[in-house]
Amino acid sequence: MTASHATATTHVDTSPDSGYGTTLRISHRKLLMWAFLASDCMFFGTLIANFITYFTRNEGTSPFTFLDIPYTSVSAFVLLMSSLTMVIALACIQRGDEIGMRIWLVATALLGSVFLGGQYFEFTEFYHKGMQLTGVNLFSSAFFTLTGTHGLHVTVGVIWLLSLVVVSFTKGIKSSESLNVEIAGLYWHFVDVVWIIIFAAVYLVGNTMTAPPLRGG
Amino acid sequence: MAAIASAPHFAQEHGGHAKEHDNSLWSWVTTVDHKRIGILYGVSSFLFFLLGGIEASLIRTQLIVPNNRLVDPDTFNQLTTMHALTMVFLALMPLTAAFFNIAVPLMIGARDVAFPRLNAFSYWTFLVGALILNFGWIYGGSPDSGWFAYANITSRQYSPGPGMDYYTLGLQVLGVASMAAALNFIVTILNMRAPGMTLMRMPVFVWMTLVTSILIVLAFPVITVALIFLALDRMVGTSFFNPTGGGDPILWQHLFWIFGHPEVYILILPAMGVVSEILPTFSRKPLFGYHFVVYSGVAIGFLAFGVWSHHMFATGLGPIADSGFALATMLIAIPTGVKIFNWIGTLWDGAIRFTTAMLFATAFIAVFIVGGLSGVMHASPPAVLQQSATYFIVAHIHYVLFGGTIFGLFGGIYYWFPKVSGRLLSESAGKVHFWLTMVGMNIAFFPMHFLGLDGMPRRIYTYGADMGWSFWNLVSTLGVYLIIVGTLIFIGNIVWSVRSGVVAFSDPWDAATLEWSIPSPPPEHNFDRIPVVASARPLWDWKYGAAHSHESHAHAPIAGAQHGDDGEHIHMPNPSYWPLVTAVGLAVIAFGILFWIPMAIFGVFLLFFGINSWAFEPAG
Amino acid sequence: MKGRHAIGVAATLLFTLLTACDAPGPMWFWMRPESNFARILQDLFTQIVVLAVVVFVIVEGALLWAILRFRAGSSTRMPTQTHGNTRMEIAWTIAPTLVLVAIAVPTVRTVFETYNPPKVANPIRIVAVGHQWWWEFQYPDLNIITANEIVFPAGQQVNLEIKSADVVHAFWIPKLGGKRDAIPMRTNVLWWTADQPGTYYGQCTQLCGTSHANMRLRAIVKTDAEWQAWLSAMGSATGVPPSRAPENVQRGYQLVSTGACIGCHAIKGTSLVARAGPDLTRFGDRITLGSGLYPNDEAHLIAWLRDPQGSKPGNKMPNLGLSDEDAAAIAAYLHSLK
Repeated sequence: MTASHATATTHVDTSPDSGYGTTLRISHRKLLMWAFLASDCMFFGTLIANFITYFTRNEGTSPFTFLDIPYTSVSAFVLLMSSLTMVIALACIQRGDEIGMRIWLVATALLGSVFLGGQYFEFTEFYHKGMQLTGVNLFSSAFFTLTGTHGLHVTVGVIWLLSLVVVSFTKGIKSSESLNVEIAGLYWHFVDVVWIIIFAAVYLVGNTMTAPPLRGG
Repeated sequence: MAAIASAPHFAQEHGGHAKEHDNSLWSWVTTVDHKRIGILYGVSSFLFFLLGGIEASLIRTQLIVPNNRLVDPDTFNQLTTMHALTMVFLALMPLTAAFFNIAVPLMIGARDVAFPRLNAFSYWTFLVGALILNFGWIYGGSPDSGWFAYANITSRQYSPGPGMDYYTLGLQVLGVASMAAALNFIVTILNMRAPGMTLMRMPVFVWMTLVTSILIVLAFPVITVALIFLALDRMVGTSFFNPTGGGDPILWQHLFWIFGHPEVYILILPAMGVVSEILPTFSRKPLFGYHFVVYSGVAIGFLAFGVWSHHMFATGLGPIADSGFALATMLIAIPTGVKIFNWIGTLWDGAIRFTTAMLFATAFIAVFIVGGLSGVMHASPPAVLQQSATYFIVAHIHYVLFGGTIFGLFGGIYYWFPKVSGRLLSESAGKVHFWLTMVGMNIAFFPMHFLGLDGMPRRIYTYGADMGWSFWNLVSTLGVYLIIVGTLIFIGNIVWSVRSGVVAFSDPWDAATLEWSIPSPPPEHNFDRIPVVASARPLWDWKYGAAHSHESHAHAPIAGAQHGDDGEHIHMPNPSYWPLVTAVGLAVIAFGILFWIPMAIFGVFLLFFGINSWAFEPAG
Repeated sequence: MKGRHAIGVAATLLFTLLTACDAPGPMWFWMRPESNFARILQDLFTQIVVLAVVVFVIVEGALLWAILRFRAGSSTRMPTQTHGNTRMEIAWTIAPTLVLVAIAVPTVRTVFETYNPPKVANPIRIVAVGHQWWWEFQYPDLNIITANEIVFPAGQQVNLEIKSADVVHAFWIPKLGGKRDAIPMRTNVLWWTADQPGTYYGQCTQLCGTSHANMRLRAIVKTDAEWQAWLSAMGSATGVPPSRAPENVQRGYQLVSTGACIGCHAIKGTSLVARAGPDLTRFGDRITLGSGLYPNDEAHLIAWLRDPQGSKPGNKMPNLGLSDEDAAAIAAYLHSLK
């Protein structure tokens, strides 16, 4: 890569993070994240399509009698709020407020963890009532793989955000390095949007379309 | 050779060999240089090509006479499965990755790819995946249910051994490698082009790399899900594809082919890109209809996602689905045809020099026409009910993948070998290699059309003497032996030429694109000064003047430099071993899942350790 | 150099056409169809091949012309740097489109024409069930179950329902029509009306395990009279040998009805009613054994009984450790079932 030269005109941001020297004027890492999110769309799309294929195959009890829309709406709201705190965290570091960034990143991770806790609680309830990953109930297999994959994504996100906080304490993050937070934010918002879609497909559409116990396919 | 106008030099010529490279094993293990990674991919993929070829030779020798007993049926099923998996995932895809690595940064005027360590990671992960996939030869038996592994014979009940577990985990890891590489090349191509190189001034090979990478990024997630489901079915007891548990084996077929059909375009588009570079060079005129060739490639990529069920016409999809997919499949023949016509247009009224690269490129067209036409025959569901799962399909596959992809890539090897090694491959040995391969390939695979029409199904380890299939099976096997001879000559050519071939300077072929404007082999930083580009054929216009170019400009087509940097102050990324450590983490996870779960948990920690160290490695 | 290549291609092509037209038409050669369904498929295929050959000749011809005519040789001429020609692009986009339309229209028409069985007055309904590695044939309306040889009359429509008992198989009798997969928990459909009596070859065409290559079948197409005779013979079949039967046959019956055979097989009129393996009712009437693998003669049957694994690798039928005499007796008994 060419070493950047200080130029006479000082208003040109020549840091690699700004996309200087790139063809599209966007940093490589940001572009990479966007491309990765496109593939993650296909990944979740496949899982959702599979869920739609299998949600009528629920030998035995229809798990829609377990799914609690009010409860899940609250946890969806929690995740949505975490996107808001993420935006605030980014705004903080972009204007140099590193302490504000730390606070709001922790808040985001906390809200994400509350969401995960809610998922864990909900899933253990299902498990005790007989809805499990394995066995002949394809609805539940499809449900758990879809929501479990999403949960894994959220977990990775929480770890990522917390490690940004750790880096902030150990090395410090300058406002010129805000891209690191921005990229984490992109990922976090994606995970949130995916949950909106899953929530709509599984809890709302699937629930209204499925009658109580159907015989398996 | 025609007089070559003096080419601009964007890096210092250092004589026959570039300045001393550190050639130690450690330097290769930690390299992040795209040219070295390309060589690693190239050598590894070729070794796997030989392995796949051995598997093919055993298959064909088993079938050389009826009721043969060279291998037992279980071994035969493993051989056919592994031959396909090895060729598709361990030979052809990594060989195209070798080309992406070696050629793309040079063609766009870049010093490396966007993410050099991610590039190295892709390579090491590919090796890990190759090891997992082939582990069955050592222990437990290889996957044996065909490369498309139709459920439900892949369930634990019908495939109790570890073979299908090597399949799920091996392909999963290979998917990670491919995805990482594809993401890297998308960013590189979109974001690291030399100034002035708009998208419609990129070489067609770079375009095809971009389309292929997008296909990978969008198609691999689908098989990732399918493999997760299969692994869950086998290891945990879900029933995604298990009919006795309420699952649907056809779901596997849909998921596999939604990936699988784009996959075959992933295999052919890069070779089409290579051919699109070779033909103009050795015809001494531009690619005919550049825009149309590019648009066709994009259209093929787009349509690739709409045709998958043409692999499933015998499964009973229903007349509406059958018709829909038939029409979509026929549609995709149109851009394919347009490309072929434009290639012929490139040759037309040219001044054709038949170097070995050019022989392979023109043979590609000739052979691909046959494969493409048999493909059109398969597009009709009622007609295909008689062709499906017979050797007629095997013929089609090998015409497009051997006569297509492999011919194109061999052409690319002869074309770019001088750039990579600084030496020319022997043309006389090359021509012998070409003719043996061309004749051998047609003898091996054309009779398969007859066998298919004669009712011989695929994947049968033997056949009766009274079936009338004996003669063409014999002929076909002899064709394969001819290919083997040609391949041996090729290996000899490479080994000899690397040390003793004619020294090549920057532009041995009198070509048009940027990679020929720097020494052979290039210095580590590729370009001393990043060129500024004003047309699709920057080097040609510099040599022969813009009057010969479509875009004529008042100023020189390649203006000087970007920032007056010269070779001394360019900083290249440091080597790193963290990509390797991270790849090893994946290996430990995979083998842990196969054999001992605590090892898998340790593998997760190793993976995170690798990623963390990678992320915080000092830029240096 | 390239000229020789051109001649080679042309010769191969000619040879293909000649052998295809001239082929003797063995019992699996579907380009000599023996049913209405197969004929429809073959007509469509022929139309497509003709168009493909025309395209091949034109395009390959243009390519060969280009590489022969425009060789540089020793000339250092700089050719005209043509970048393209939009009119040609349009022309050679429209031309293939027209060819494809010529293929698409009959294709779609044939899909709808052949997908479901035509409605006829008295189709013969047969259910084919794929097993690893043999075929079960049920005639639900006629109360008949048999294996590996599907029997029906010429001139009447057969509606075949295709199922599987274990993994995905595929049913194919080339001369009578196309193939369809046998998928567990699903039913696929084929239909045909055979032109004339005869014996036709069939095979499984979806990789289904070790002996996939050995999962073959025969279609025994009978005249009306033969069909009626077969029906009544199957209806009144009994597996118990008459008292005047030779001693070997009686002994064979004893062995079969008290031995391991009862675990897997059924023979009408005896105490054998298991369905894990092929139904052996009137086994002596079949022309092949082992799912179309061997001729149904004494030598092959004894070899099969003594070593099922050797005759068909992976065979679910275990080696029963039969002595020569026992095997001969069982073979005699089975061959007496007519």
